[in-house]
Amino acid sequence: MKFARDTWLIFQRQTQLLLRNPVWVFVGVFQPVMYLLLFAPLLKPALNAPTQAAAYKIFVPGLLVLLAIFGGLFQGFGLIAELRAGVIERSRVTPISRLALLLGRSLRDVVSLMAQAVIITLLALLFDLRVFIGDLLLAYLMLALIALMTSAVSYGVALKVKSEDALAPLMNTVAQPVLLLSGILLPLTFAPGWLQGIANWNPFSWAVDGTRALFAGDLGSDKVWQGLSITAVLAALGVYWAARQFARSVR
Amino acid sequence: MIETRGLRKSFRSRAGRETKTVDAVRGVDLEVAKGEIFGFLGPNGAGKTTTLRMLATLIEPDGGEATIAGADLRKDPAEVRRRIGYVPQGGSTWDESTAREELVLHARMYGISKADAQQRATRALDAFQLTEYADRKCKTYSGGQRRRVEIALGIIHEPKIVFLDEPTTGLDPQSRAHMWDEIRRLRGDGMTVFITTHYLDEADALCDRIAIMDNGEVVAEGTPTELKREISGDVVLVGLDLAATGQAAKTLDGEPYVNKLETVDEGGLRLYVDEGATAIPQVLRRLDHAGLELRSIELHRPSLDDVFLTKTGRSLRES
Ligand SMILES: Nc1ncnc2c1ncn2[C@@H]1O[C@H](COP(=O)(O)OP(=O)(O)O)[C@@H](O)[C@H]1O
Ligand SMILES: [Mg+2]
Repeated sequence: MKFARDTWLIFQRQTQLLLRNPVWVFVGVFQPVMYLLLFAPLLKPALNAPTQAAAYKIFVPGLLVLLAIFGGLFQGFGLIAELRAGVIERSRVTPISRLALLLGRSLRDVVSLMAQAVIITLLALLFDLRVFIGDLLLAYLMLALIALMTSAVSYGVALKVKSEDALAPLMNTVAQPVLLLSGILLPLTFAPGWLQGIANWNPFSWAVDGTRALFAGDLGSDKVWQGLSITAVLAALGVYWAARQFARSVR
Repeated sequence: MIETRGLRKSFRSRAGRETKTVDAVRGVDLEVAKGEIFGFLGPNGAGKTTTLRMLATLIEPDGGEATIAGADLRKDPAEVRRRIGYVPQGGSTWDESTAREELVLHARMYGISKADAQQRATRALDAFQLTEYADRKCKTYSGGQRRRVEIALGIIHEPKIVFLDEPTTGLDPQSRAHMWDEIRRLRGDGMTVFITTHYLDEADALCDRIAIMDNGEVVAEGTPTELKREISGDVVLVGLDLAATGQAAKTLDGEPYVNKLETVDEGGLRLYVDEGATAIPQVLRRLDHAGLELRSIELHRPSLDDVFLTKTGRSLRES
């Protein structure tokens, strides 16, 4: 009860501050739309897809996972600003739940990602993408778990390194191989065997495959439950670890 | 209200390849009584903030014990949090929030209901004369206004004790005086106030009792008056030309009322006496007899800086 209330309190505050900043709202909506409008048209010929709609079925899930990963990974920067302002220290002297300090923030990130995802899906519908609503909701669950994990990890790392200068290269170093080895932008179906072998060790690769299967309407595919379980376990671990950083972070 | 025994904390920091251990706090014993303004006086790096952060449950001590407002720091930090307020040294407000929002949020972090939190915020804004700016973003406040918001945050849940880390550092003289009044008002409301400062005048004028801290240790503790009285007697500074200094020293050395005599490098003498008011006429008479001309004479009552000097061999003004 107290925990739910504390989480809601932090979530409200963080959401309010986000909405107050019109620049962020604009960027959050504008960026994915640009991807959709400017990058996607290249795909039909590149993927050898029969129709534009078929190309979207492959590209849109990848784009959504991409947003979930990056949207989450870079949230740590905001937290470092809060650390510097003393807001975190001030929160930590109150009896508020440490897990709520993390989760309230991460849930804000999940919700803002969901808003982006809905906008993109709606736009893609205009371009003849068709998805069953049940499949779509499961795909959103997958995205939410990914965003929860990446944002929690980003917050945890931010509390550990405490400076933007250290966080930026770290997150870029993590993000780049994750991106290249997950088939996010182009499916790895055409990749050579060794590349696929490495990608099998990348949890995000499983998440992308699962999300694509859902967009393809292939609910029964093993990739769906595999992707969901892997992201769920990783999200739980990420949240647990990051909440511990909130409990014991120094300065 | 606060009792600590042997509180210790070391930090390991990496400078290049070497790891260095800094003993930030090396065994602090304190007793702070209910309803007093207790001050921690010491230079930068003395360990004041580290001690405060341990008492506020932000970092775990390496050793030692403390009881704060009846709760055990090691065994029940959650209860300590409920009973104390803490205002960090470097600020605690968010640029994009308003004072009212910050106050309501902070109260609610203590589990206070929304309606109650809003009422408390209004009252606090009024008490700290912030109502006029209450709904403006914190980034538009002056240093003094912002500091007042932060203090208001620290006491919004009516704690028994509030820790204020360097509450007046960086404020202009007028805001400082204003802040002193606010702090005295907190004491008037029955709160125990624990402040840190590196200003001698602040420790002297504002604090009921002080502990002087240097290098991670408390080197002296008492009321400002007690501490100054411990440094027995006054100092008479005699200004002389360099040429006359030697002879003057010979003349005054061995006089019964001079406890100790030091020569000043640029010329002149420093005399340690019991009572400056009676010593000065005698000094003047002796020097006149000897035909020595003096440039100036000054009576110097012991200050907290002299206390610090005696205990550490350094002046707080210089460190
Ligand atoms: N988190 C930390 N890591 C490493 N060293 C620290 C840390 N916090 C404080 N110190 C060191 O501990 C000593 C005491 O610092 P502090 O308590 O901030 O002093 P004060 O508040 O009296 O200026 C200083 O030498 C400081 O550099
Ligand atoms: Mg300090």
